[in-house]
Amino acid sequence: MNAIEIKGLTKKYGSLTAVRDLSLSIRKGELFSLLGVNGAGKTTTVKMLSCLIKPTDGDAFLLGKSIREDGTAVKSVIGISPQETAVAMGLSVKENLELMCGIHGFSKEKAAAKRDEMITTFHLHEIADKQAGKLSGGWQRRLSIAMALIGEPQILFLDEPTLGLDVIARSELWDTIRQLKSTVTIILTTHYMEEAEALSDRIGIMKSGSLIALGTADEIKKQAGKDKFEDAFIALVREVKA
Amino acid sequence: MRIRTFAARTFKEILRDPLTLLFGLGFPVVLILLLSAIQANIPVPLFAIDRLAPGMTVFGLAFMTLFSATLISKDRESAFLTRLYATPMTANDFILGYTLPLLPICLVQSIVCFAVGILLGMRITVNLLFAVLFTVPIALFFIGLGLLFGSILNQKQTGGICGALLTNLTAWLSGIWFDLDLVGGAFKAVAKVLPFYHAVELEKAVFAGRFESILPHLLWVLGYAALSMTIAVLLFLKQMKK
Repeated sequence: MNAIEIKGLTKKYGSLTAVRDLSLSIRKGELFSLLGVNGAGKTTTVKMLSCLIKPTDGDAFLLGKSIREDGTAVKSVIGISPQETAVAMGLSVKENLELMCGIHGFSKEKAAAKRDEMITTFHLHEIADKQAGKLSGGWQRRLSIAMALIGEPQILFLDEPTLGLDVIARSELWDTIRQLKSTVTIILTTHYMEEAEALSDRIGIMKSGSLIALGTADEIKKQAGKDKFEDAFIALVREVKA
Repeated sequence: MRIRTFAARTFKEILRDPLTLLFGLGFPVVLILLLSAIQANIPVPLFAIDRLAPGMTVFGLAFMTLFSATLISKDRESAFLTRLYATPMTANDFILGYTLPLLPICLVQSIVCFAVGILLGMRITVNLLFAVLFTVPIALFFIGLGLLFGSILNQKQTGGICGALLTNLTAWLSGIWFDLDLVGGAFKAVAKVLPFYHAVELEKAVFAGRFESILPHLLWVLGYAALSMTIAVLLFLKQMKK
């Protein structure tokens, strides 16, 4: 069964077309990566799918709910970890998690249980009482993903989750994302080829707002006639004129 | 539930910022002490404590705009708001969650200013209680401005406009530092169509028990409070949809 059905999704800003007639299906439990150079339309796509901006044309259905017609219902089944670190800097890690529990309307008991579950899942024990603003980038990203998962989303958007992290922090975050695979449908945008190749079930490559390649990492390498995924990405992006 | 959760977060974030204590409480108190010391050496009717403390209370409330605008612009820039926009939170939850927590802070600030006034010889009357209560419409005006500027300015700009410009406007155009009649002309005319002078005169009238003088000044303040809140809500909703 498909978690996401995208049909002719388009976003225009004046004369600029940020996303052009995108059609795509993403299966339940799949980890789908969207790749592309800057300005390819990845973040705009994620923002439309998470009801943060309205499409100019087309529609998408998340678990059967239209992003155009039923934004509130869509928001109740998704979680998002934005590109920038989106945590409340003046609150502790625990308080950030409790904040999201309150926003999702959990009872006091459920909130405490969910907070503790996230602390355990994301190994946040040692920093649970620290102020988020005083954490390293890696810990903040981990907290950001934990906050996105608090509402028990069925679809999770991770917009460049490892951007700016060092190798160790990135590797730890990959492990966390792997743990989530299959329990939740994940849409990941990234600039890192090795990240997409290591984590994804399928990959979509975007350029100038259009989807120019779609498939598993091996299928994309085969399509481009290259052995390395990075080389395949470069070849495909250069091949297609903007 | 969501309003309460979000309001609690706003309250904690503002109170945990050392600038809140420094400017919100410390600065008006220091000014009351300083001007009272001047008054002790060179008596000036304007700086008599019964007139100075109500004026300085209003001056202190101007910092609420800075606190509110800084938090909102920080939330926008850090993508924290983006995360929350993808949850079931409504515009109402955001606006009340940013507004309500500042009211008790305003009341405490007024009480501290009047308490310092009492220590310096201010008369203790029941009107003091009313003077504290009448800070609410003044506080709403300044909080509305905070929501307004926070919706359109970045953090750096809020520091300049809400921190430097607005506090100076409040000081100069309210008649706290000097009698507006001393300048007269266009300066006085402008001051009298702006809310700062009326806010100070409202507080002075309430404390002095000049009840016939309350209504005209209260109407000016309420009008500006309604205007600032209305524009703030419209601008907040506009940036929500961006």
